[in-house]
Amino acid sequence: MNILWLQAAGCGGCTMSLLCAESPGVFDLFEGAGLDFLWHPTFSEATGAEVRRLLERVEDGRQPLDILCVEGAVLTGPRGTGRYQMLAGTGRPLLDWVRSLAPRAAHVVAVGTCATYGGVSSAGENLTEAMGLQYEGHHRGGILGEGFRDPSGLPVVNVAGCPTHPDWVTETLMLLAEGALGADALDPLGRPRFYADTLIHHGCPKNEFYEYKASAEHLSEIGCMMEHLGCIGTQAVGDCNIRGWNGGESCTRAGYPCIACTAPEFEEPGHGFAETPKFAGIPVGLPTDMPKAWFMALASLSKAATPARVAKNAVSDRIAVPPSLRKPRG
Amino acid sequence: MSDAKLLVGPFNRVEGDLEIRLELSGGRVARAEANSPLFRGFERILLGKRPEDALTITPRICGICSISQSMAAALALADLAGARMPPEAMRAAAILHGVENLCDHLTHFYLFFMPDFARAGYAGREWHGQMAERFTAAEGSGLRAAVEARARLFHIVGLLGGKWPHTLAIQPGGVTRAPTRRDRIRMQADLRQSRAFLERALFGAPLEAFAALETPAQYAGWETGDAGLFLRAAADLDLSALGRGPGRFLSWGAYPLPGGRAWAAGLWDGTARAADPGLVAEDLSHAWMLGATAHPMTGETLPDEEMRETAYSWCKAPRYGGQAVETGALARQAVAGHPLARALAAEPGVTARIGGRLLEIARLQILLEEQVAALRPEARFMDRVALPAEGEGQGLVEAARGALGHWIRVEKGRIAGYQIIAPTTWNFSPRDSDGTPGPVEAALVGAPVAEGEEVPLAVQHVVRSFDPCMNCTVH
Repeated sequence: MNILWLQAAGCGGCTMSLLCAESPGVFDLFEGAGLDFLWHPTFSEATGAEVRRLLERVEDGRQPLDILCVEGAVLTGPRGTGRYQMLAGTGRPLLDWVRSLAPRAAHVVAVGTCATYGGVSSAGENLTEAMGLQYEGHHRGGILGEGFRDPSGLPVVNVAGCPTHPDWVTETLMLLAEGALGADALDPLGRPRFYADTLIHHGCPKNEFYEYKASAEHLSEIGCMMEHLGCIGTQAVGDCNIRGWNGGESCTRAGYPCIACTAPEFEEPGHGFAETPKFAGIPVGLPTDMPKAWFMALASLSKAATPARVAKNAVSDRIAVPPSLRKPRG
Repeated sequence: MSDAKLLVGPFNRVEGDLEIRLELSGGRVARAEANSPLFRGFERILLGKRPEDALTITPRICGICSISQSMAAALALADLAGARMPPEAMRAAAILHGVENLCDHLTHFYLFFMPDFARAGYAGREWHGQMAERFTAAEGSGLRAAVEARARLFHIVGLLGGKWPHTLAIQPGGVTRAPTRRDRIRMQADLRQSRAFLERALFGAPLEAFAALETPAQYAGWETGDAGLFLRAAADLDLSALGRGPGRFLSWGAYPLPGGRAWAAGLWDGTARAADPGLVAEDLSHAWMLGATAHPMTGETLPDEEMRETAYSWCKAPRYGGQAVETGALARQAVAGHPLARALAAEPGVTARIGGRLLEIARLQILLEEQVAALRPEARFMDRVALPAEGEGQGLVEAARGALGHWIRVEKGRIAGYQIIAPTTWNFSPRDSDGTPGPVEAALVGAPVAEGEEVPLAVQHVVRSFDPCMNCTVH
C-alpha cells in the first residue's frame, strides 16, 4: 500500500516520534509491511516541482492513493480562506489540498491530536481557526465534515496523541494494509481501540499510592498525582503505561501528570495542567466508570488505611521506606 | 541561463513548511526570498493563560526541539520568580537537553542533509555510489543505522523525561524525576552505545581525534567515516565557497550548569563580544505582521490578514544591534572558543556549517558523558518556586539550530505578553526595513543553477546546511 503524508499546522512531533519506532526501526518496519511512501515531507528525496507533479497526479487520479496521512490541524483562517497555511510552491491553501485529496484515498488517517481534534494548534482564541479533519474539539464536523467516509465506509481514523506513540501509527497503518481495521475497531471518537480501550492508569507505577489515595503534594514527589497535581490518567485513554515510551517510560513514570493528550480539547483543561480542580476539597473528576458515592466511600476508607510506608514515600522524591520483607515460614 | 524566476516548494527534508523564491541571472541565484507560508500563532495562544501553562504549550511549538522550548520556558519562569534550579537539577536538565540536541544533529546529517548527495543528479561522481549506498532517502544503510541509534539514545530522555517529544519534566524549580544510581549507570550504558555508533559510522575514529582538529585544512583532510565521505564530496563540489553567511554569529550559550554555561554566550565576528539580549529587535517590514519594530519584551503578534503585497513571509526579522546574524552549531562552537569553529567561521559556507555540527556532535557526546558521570543521585532535584502575579522574565537557551529566547510578561497572574525568537527566525528571516536580506537569503546569492534544474542541488545544499526548523519559525 502506498502512503502520502502531508503536514498541516502542527509541530512535526508525531513524525519525530514515529522515527523513534524500535524493533524493527521505522524504515525496516514499513518496508517489511509493504508500506511505501509516495512522499513524506521529512524523509523523502523529492522536493519542489517533483512533489507538485506528484500531487497533481494524485489529484487527477493518475496516481492511485491508498492512505492519506495528515499530521497537524488544518487552518481555515483567516475568515475561512485557509490562507494561514499555503502549501509551499503551490499557491493553494493546505485546506484546499486536503479537501481535494481525501476523497481520492482508500483510507484517511489523522495523525496526532491536532489533526484529529484541533489540539494545541486550536488552543486559546484559535485565531487561525484550526480544526481537525473530522472534529472540531468534541464536535463532529471538521474540515471534511461529519459524513465523510472512505470507500470502505470508514470515517477518518483518528490516531490521537500529543505526540502519537510511534507504534500507534505503525500498527494502525499495518492493520489498514491488512484490511483488519474495520469500523468496529474504532472507538466513538474514531480512535483505534487497540490503544483506546485502555486507560493511562493501567500499569501506572503509582498504583499502590492510588489505592490508598497517598498523594504527592508537589511535583517530584512520587505519590499519586490525581488528588493534587492534575493527573487524569484514570480518565484518559491510551496504553502509555502498558506499552511504554522511549525504552519503556511514560509521563507518570517521569513524575508529571497525565494531561489526557489523546482526548479532544485536552489543550484547554480550564485549570492548570498540574493542578486538580476541587469542590469542597474533593477532586471534581472521577475515575472512569466509578460511581461517585463509592469513590468517596472507598477513598476515605483507603486513606485512613494507608500504610506508613506508602504515606511517607508519597511525599518523598524517591523511595524513602522500602517494603517490609515477609517473615520466613516456620 | 537567461534571467528567470524559480519557485522551490514544498521544500522538504527541513522541519516544517518552506518556500524559496529565486531570481536567476547568468546561471546563478541573483536574489532569494525565504517564505514561511504557515502562521501558527502560539504567542497569541499563550495570552491570558497561567504563566505555568507555557511549560505544557511551548514545547508543542516544535516536535524536533521540544526540550529546547521546555528549557527556555522553564528558565523564563525561573527568571520571573527570581529562582534557580538546584545544581543537580541543572545537570539533569542539561542531560535531557543535550541528548535532544545530539539526536537532532544526527537527524539533520543523516535524514535531511546527506540524501541530496545520493541524488541521480550526481551520478558519475566518484563518490556517488558510496553516497547512494549510505544515504539514499529512507533506504541508505547509514541513514537507517543512524535512525536506530537516535531512537536508542532517546531512551535517556525516556528515563529522565518520560517521553519524547513533549515532556513536562523540566520545571522552573528543577526536574520532576530524581534519577537513581541505577538510572545513572543505565544512561552511561546508553551513551557508550551512542559513542560506538559515532566512532564506527560517523567519524571512523575516536571522537577526541575529531574534537581536537584545529584548522580547516585538518578538517578538510579528515578521511574516515561518513564525515570523510561528506568531505570528499564537499571538496569536489567546492562547498566551502557555497552559501556564505553574514559572518556574524550569535549564541545565547549552551547548558546552564552549576559552574555556569558549558559553552559560553556571545557574539563572534572575528572578535569575541558579549551578547546583550537588550540589543535584539524584531523588524516587521517584510512579514505579514502589523506593528512597529520592537524588543521581544514589548513586541506583539498581530497577523496581517490581508497578507499585503510588500511582505512575503509569516516570519518576523530579528536583528541584533540592527544586523542580521547567523546562529547554530557553528556559531555556538565559535563563540565558545573552539579553534576549528573560529577558523571555519571566517569562511562561513556549507562545509563550515556542517563542520560546526560535526564538531559539536563529538564535543556534545563527551560533555554528556561527563555530566552523567558527575550526576549525584542523592541530591535534591526540585525546589519549590512561587511565581509572582506581576513581572517579566527571559529564558535564553541554545537549541540544536541555535539561539532560542522566550520573553514573558505577567500581569495579574496571567500572561500579558509572550514572545519567542527561534533559531530559524534568525537564519530564515525576511528582509528588514533597510532591505537587508536574512542570512539564508544572502547565502543563496551566487549559488549555481544549471540549465533546466527545477530544484537546484546547490540551493538545496545551502538551505539544508542551516538545518531550518520552520515550525519554530512560525510559532
